Amino acid sequence: MDGVLRVGNAGGFWGDRIDAAAELVRQQPDLDYLTIDYLAEVSMSILARQRDGDPGRGYAADFLESLRLLAPAWKATSFRAKLITNAGGLNPMGCARAAGQVLRDYGCDGRRIAVVTGDDVLELIRSRAASGANCDILKHLETGESIEKVLPDLVTANVYLGAMPIVEALRSGADIVITGRVADPSLTVAPCIAHFGWSDGDYDRIAAATVAGHLIECGTQATGGISTDWLSVPDRAHIGFPIVQVDDRGILVVAKPKATGGRVDELTVKEQLLYEIGDPARYLSPDATVSFLGLAVEDLGGDRVRVSGAAGSPSPDTYKVSATYRAGYRASGVLTICGRDARIKGQACAEIVHQRLAGKGMSPQGWQVECLGAGDAVPVARSLLPAADSSFETVLRISVRDPRREAVERFARELMPLVTAGPQGVTGYAEGRPRVHEVFGYWPCLIERSAVQARWEMLEETA
Amino acid sequence: MSEPTRQVRLGDIAVARSGDKGDSANIGVIARTPAAYDLLRDRLTAQAVERYFAATGVVGVVRYELPNLGALNFILPGALAGGGSRSLRIDAQGKALGQALLEMVIDLPDERDGRDAER
Repeated sequence: MDGVLRVGNAGGFWGDRIDAAAELVRQQPDLDYLTIDYLAEVSMSILARQRDGDPGRGYAADFLESLRLLAPAWKATSFRAKLITNAGGLNPMGCARAAGQVLRDYGCDGRRIAVVTGDDVLELIRSRAASGANCDILKHLETGESIEKVLPDLVTANVYLGAMPIVEALRSGADIVITGRVADPSLTVAPCIAHFGWSDGDYDRIAAATVAGHLIECGTQATGGISTDWLSVPDRAHIGFPIVQVDDRGILVVAKPKATGGRVDELTVKEQLLYEIGDPARYLSPDATVSFLGLAVEDLGGDRVRVSGAAGSPSPDTYKVSATYRAGYRASGVLTICGRDARIKGQACAEIVHQRLAGKGMSPQGWQVECLGAGDAVPVARSLLPAADSSFETVLRISVRDPRREAVERFARELMPLVTAGPQGVTGYAEGRPRVHEVFGYWPCLIERSAVQARWEMLEETA
Repeated sequence: MSEPTRQVRLGDIAVARSGDKGDSANIGVIARTPAAYDLLRDRLTAQAVERYFAATGVVGVVRYELPNLGALNFILPGALAGGGSRSLRIDAQGKALGQALLEMVIDLPDERDGRDAER
């Protein structure tokens, strides 16, 4: 190793390219660590529903498929990268055992798998809220509402753990670390701390590693994906996943494997730096509070961008909690409407559906009508599209939400009759009736660090 | 009658990226040149962005400056109609707001403003 740690990302969300991990290790054999991120804010509620049906599930099973594709490469080459992923979801142990089985099936012997737990605080929150003591901290972070309101409907509650349990697992020789909820950047911070031996008070360097994690956690968003100038990004079909090189001073170089598509330049990196952040002077993460205000971004050419100047300070003595609760049902249905005055016809169709629901006493609590293509996807677009009102075609999208499942089911039945009763030129209904989904609300709050015990353990059997 | 004002589309002088931050949306705007950053700092105010997105229901836009990156970060509370999982909008996570903002038309400073700036 040349004093630089190479951390790659091969998946930015649950649903990303399943063969990215296998491709990345072939493209970049000198990679030290591979991270894969699966968990968005409400992913846990989806996993909870899976676990309800089968206690053995509750983790991102896509990971096992990625591992099946990765294993042969792992076995056949000199690839030595370690793997860190939050695929464990609500059942990191179940995920780890299944991963071990996959590796044994492919003859990848001797890999040690560690499991990080302790993020699940559902019972803690339930019992505290029931007792009524010290509940202020559980208030909704943005609205300030009391958690009492959603207590009976809580489905999951997980803290965003930091890097330290992963660091300890890596120091004890883990080749694969499978976690539940961990702050996304911590998947990258952990190997940096483990490798360079930084102390947990080394805030500037931990801040730099946090920025590194923030930059790669969404996969190809760091390599030209969703960039403003996307149409000029080369070879988009073979876009490379990001690699960040971190040195002991906390200086980063964002890059991608050679001979891949995509683009890493000053603007793509700056766009991702600002992605989904709040106050840039206080980017909150469990490992450090980071200021972006001293960051310098320098294009080195050749799809390499240097980022330096991160400043860190201690993180708060609370963890952020991501809780989810049952919030009724929803459904969305679409009809394509072609012809003169398509937008006006679309709105008239929506009015029919609404009248029929009201007539049955089933007016949904949440009701949204959008004439897509006629300026409704972004509520300012109508002023940007001079012809929006006289558009020749539109996709009418009606979405409803209600605590009553039957109201949402009724909506699903009232939309399709417009295929024959609606305006001429209604088409595109091959998908059939809209499907009814459960809605999960998101409840962000805090909890004292002292109330949470982050743990890790090594699976006894090696893969 | 006053002289016609010279104008520029934001997307010609800046790039952007948007997403959700809890119930709020955020939009990062990065100037393509240092001169463009000076213009954005003057003209792309929190009030201007709030007016532009009024139809989304946004209230209380906050702007953060990142002069080191030639960038501005806007927080748009209420722009997502409930946000994340509860919003019924097709763009529940605000991914399209950056593209919409880049269509904003900005008045360029006229010649006299330019001379003032040089003095």
